[in-house]
Amino acid sequence: MKFINKRNIIMALVLLAIAFPFVTQNDYFIHVMTLSFIWMIGVYGLNLLAGYTGYLSLAHAGFFAVGAYSLGLLTVKAQMNFWLAFVLALIITSILGFLVGLIALRTKEHFFAIYTLCVGYILYLVIDKWDSLTEGVRGLIGIPAPANIGPISFETPLSQYYLVLAILLVVILIVYRIVHSLTGRTYIAIRNSEDLAQTIGISTMKNKLEAFVLSTFFAGLSGALYASFIRFIGPDIGNIVITFDLLTYLLIGGIGTLSGPIVGTVLVVWISQQLQFLQDYRMLIFGPILTLLVIFYPRGIAGSIAGWNAKRAEKKLAKAQLDERFSQSTLAAENQVKEG
Amino acid sequence: MEILVQQLFNGLTIGSVYALVALGLTLVYGILHIPNFAHGALYMMGGYITLMMMVQYGLHYWLAILVSVIVVGLIGVLMERLVFYPLRHAPPIHDKIAAIGILLFLEAFAQYVWGADYQTMPTPYGQVIQLFGLTFTMQRLLIIIAAIAVMVLLYLFLKKTYTGASIIAMSQDRDGANLVGINTNRVAMLTFLISGGLAAIASSLAAPINLVFPGMGQLVILKAFVIIILGGMGSIPGAIIGGYILGFSESLGATYISNDYKDIIAFILLVIILSVKPTGLFAKGGH
Repeated sequence: MKFINKRNIIMALVLLAIAFPFVTQNDYFIHVMTLSFIWMIGVYGLNLLAGYTGYLSLAHAGFFAVGAYSLGLLTVKAQMNFWLAFVLALIITSILGFLVGLIALRTKEHFFAIYTLCVGYILYLVIDKWDSLTEGVRGLIGIPAPANIGPISFETPLSQYYLVLAILLVVILIVYRIVHSLTGRTYIAIRNSEDLAQTIGISTMKNKLEAFVLSTFFAGLSGALYASFIRFIGPDIGNIVITFDLLTYLLIGGIGTLSGPIVGTVLVVWISQQLQFLQDYRMLIFGPILTLLVIFYPRGIAGSIAGWNAKRAEKKLAKAQLDERFSQSTLAAENQVKEG
Repeated sequence: MEILVQQLFNGLTIGSVYALVALGLTLVYGILHIPNFAHGALYMMGGYITLMMMVQYGLHYWLAILVSVIVVGLIGVLMERLVFYPLRHAPPIHDKIAAIGILLFLEAFAQYVWGADYQTMPTPYGQVIQLFGLTFTMQRLLIIIAAIAVMVLLYLFLKKTYTGASIIAMSQDRDGANLVGINTNRVAMLTFLISGGLAAIASSLAAPINLVFPGMGQLVILKAFVIIILGGMGSIPGAIIGGYILGFSESLGATYISNDYKDIIAFILLVIILSVKPTGLFAKGGH
């Protein structure tokens, strides 16, 4: 049992992800997997905010679309170098996130959810109606694939798969470091009780804003990757439906857990692929699942597994203690017998 | 001048519909303190059920609305029993997500059963009337009159009957209401029944001048949220006044600013309000 520890599992998963294209040799599967990696990045962003800081933002699709459109417009219309446009797209999304967060985070709970819902809708409407800039419902066509970095080119699906995988791993590493640092603890403290956090001297506004900007940064990153991978974007990617999709991935995987976004996204994306015929009706299944999960397993798959493990460890500990006490008492009894 | 009056009339029509939807939302918020994101789906279901009753079963318009009110009200009660009741002690983020789950389900359900196309609802009140030099359809006039009638009835019910008073009592203080012997479970179910019914009336009235489609509730519910934040979460007069304010600003904005961006007005309004007062206008209590 010693082999199944955290580090080995992570190593195995990374190796699996690297070996995946060689195992399947199927371009379609590689395409689906790349797409799920892109979604995962966005889900990690949402998780940082909703899962760890406790603020349910419903504007994520909007920021995703801002990232995608910034990249698309800068490369297609301004003819900018790809990587420069990529970095600019991330900066634009983060600045927008900072400005929105500055105001949105003054609100709490329901107001925050409603406020971000409306912000998301404004972003979507602006993209949809601003024909002269975004081409409106016609969408942006001909977004270039990632440009070469030195000798490495990203024209083939395989190389794009590895590019996205590499970026995803970096994102996971960053989130891991954040969550296990004092900053992460601070976010959790804010989630558990904002008043208490404030009382013990945490600058809640600063930390919340930090989490919000990071979260929009990841949403923008995921959007920019999406644009360069699919190479066509329409206003629909800013629709609230995308936010709900991300939320479904997060909830099923496990909100507020590190592995949740991976588990949830892979699972739901693959199930959706298997249920192609359901395409438009997939929410007939995922809607109730979302509701049932929140009622019965609010921590999703990853959270529930962690819960079981914790319970088992506790039981083991209790049993060990019981055994110890039992052996002590028999010892005591034997001693009594001897003395008697 | 004529355009202005015409637009004010239109604002009154839209405002009536908004006010009805916002009333249902604010009642539920007052009782359970949850923003019911699935309320827009109830609105949409109301439209479809009325349409189905009229087209497939050939019922009269008013009879169809009655059926729709009952069915949607019951869906609301089911929602309370199956979802919000088990979640009453959960962190606030949970019932929001659960409500979103219901919303997604009902929209997919409508699309599955009735198809994704836009449908028009026939109305027996399509006549055009000339009054004081203005032209408008009978249906629009009907919306205003029916909405006001419903609001008056609701007001009388809440103020003059024992059951209505228990709803108000519970929204003021849940524990207190429980202590004086009010069955809070029953009141919660009743509130969802009324809330669903109001949504069904609103959509059935508005559908003949708009269209019926699976996503018809999305914009309306977002606007209803804007309204109840404008009027104070849980406040009944606030929802009515807020509804009319939004209706007027939208119809005037559509003529004098831009028709394309008229839907944005509500959200800009909300962003401004929450930027200035993060707990909404007329919020009770301090920090």
